[in-house]
Amino acid sequence: MATAKRKQLDRRWLFLLLFVGVALPLIFVIGFPIETTENVRMVYNLVENTPPNSKVILSFDYDPGSKPELHPMAKAMMQHCFDRDIKVIVTALWPMGVQMAEEIFSDIQSKNPDVKYGIDYVNLGFKSGGIVTIQSMGKQFREVFPEDMNGTSIDEFPIMDGIKNFDNLSFVCSFSAGDPGIKQWVQVTHDKFNRPVTGGVTGVSAPSILPYVNAQQQLTGLLAGLKAAAEYELLSKVPGTATSGMDAQSIAHLIIIIFIVIGNINFRRDKKAEKRGE
Amino acid sequence: MTHFFSVLGIWLGALFTFAIFSFLYKDNPFYKIAEQIFVGLSAGYWFVYTIFFILMPNLFNPLLQDFAVNWIKLIPAVLGILMLLRLIPSIDWVSRFPIALVIGTTSGIFFLRYLKSDVINQLTATIMNPFHGANWVNVVGQILLIVGTLSGVIYFYFSKKHEGAFGVTAKIGIYFLMVSFGAAFGYTAMARISLLIGRLQFLLGDWLGIINP
Repeated sequence: MATAKRKQLDRRWLFLLLFVGVALPLIFVIGFPIETTENVRMVYNLVENTPPNSKVILSFDYDPGSKPELHPMAKAMMQHCFDRDIKVIVTALWPMGVQMAEEIFSDIQSKNPDVKYGIDYVNLGFKSGGIVTIQSMGKQFREVFPEDMNGTSIDEFPIMDGIKNFDNLSFVCSFSAGDPGIKQWVQVTHDKFNRPVTGGVTGVSAPSILPYVNAQQQLTGLLAGLKAAAEYELLSKVPGTATSGMDAQSIAHLIIIIFIVIGNINFRRDKKAEKRGE
Repeated sequence: MTHFFSVLGIWLGALFTFAIFSFLYKDNPFYKIAEQIFVGLSAGYWFVYTIFFILMPNLFNPLLQDFAVNWIKLIPAVLGILMLLRLIPSIDWVSRFPIALVIGTTSGIFFLRYLKSDVINQLTATIMNPFHGANWVNVVGQILLIVGTLSGVIYFYFSKKHEGAFGVTAKIGIYFLMVSFGAAFGYTAMARISLLIGRLQFLLGDWLGIINP
């Protein structure tokens, strides 16, 4: 027992090592190569193949707690839409999603003043209700969102002309940190109203959402975690915080892997020692 | 003035980040203060948000603007109030009625949607010709998908003893499940490190200005 205790590394050393291992690559960029994956290319191609002047929904279903993972991909996707002349209608199933979208839009607009509110972009704000709200949007969009986030009637915005239900939209993209989120968009928008759905999720929820990327195309690709955000930035040629974070991510994973290996080697040694009766 | 508050916000953010991180060394008063401020702020934020962004637009404003058309909204309002009766022990049984309604309605909606999306469509996506693919990687992937799904489902069939061919298939199912747990752990590790990266990008970029945020 005393032997086992001596071999136990104080976990605070590991925390410190991870902290330094993540901080240093952010300061001194290494530039590890980033490979794109099929799921991310599917999302990218969906935007690429959407005709200019089409209208899409970007649903911001997250809050600051998931910002490091979802914000970079949402920003890359919105920028990509504007580059392709695609009109962006923002909704939010999470209250703070509204501010997340506004932060991205104001950042993009500061670099590209040609993007106009009400013409290229509108933020319809937060609506509670989750799956029930999405079902109602599929039947009568304007009843669910009669006004934008500032209380202005949507009839005053050119971007909202002709929007009655999901049939008038090219696709829906949800940046989702949980429930309600992308799962509900798939269940209603694709599986009931047969419109393409894509999106991005946090790494934690990715395993439960990935099965929707299947032969039935319940999801058209999926951006899962910071790695996928970096891939999307690479494909859309707009490097951002996800790309700069990938070196740190790789180093941190390396440290975790090394410690898992060391832990397992020690575990085996202890087992052998126990068998020998030491 | 705006600049002052912006700088103050960044400094507060940095100090609270360190206060929370300090728990990794050991529990301390700075962590406790940061934690309790966070809990208090969240509670206050959600209270205000519920009133201004849920109750007012969905209940109070419609009732005040056109009561004759929107009076039906009184029904959910009354049900909501009945739910709060849970706080009064002598009549807390009344809250069971609105809870029963919510559970019944939610079950009805979710049953249909989950049956279609998570059972029928997932099953349909598994019914395919595994040898129909653009390349051998697709073919192998499709075979693994079918074998994994069938063996995984068989593992969860408990009405027959897991022995013989049935037991071998169930064992294969366990391996597929273990791989999926490993993938889930990998994604979780990636997610947690991403949060640390986000905080460090804030500290090194917005706060210290060492890197470009």
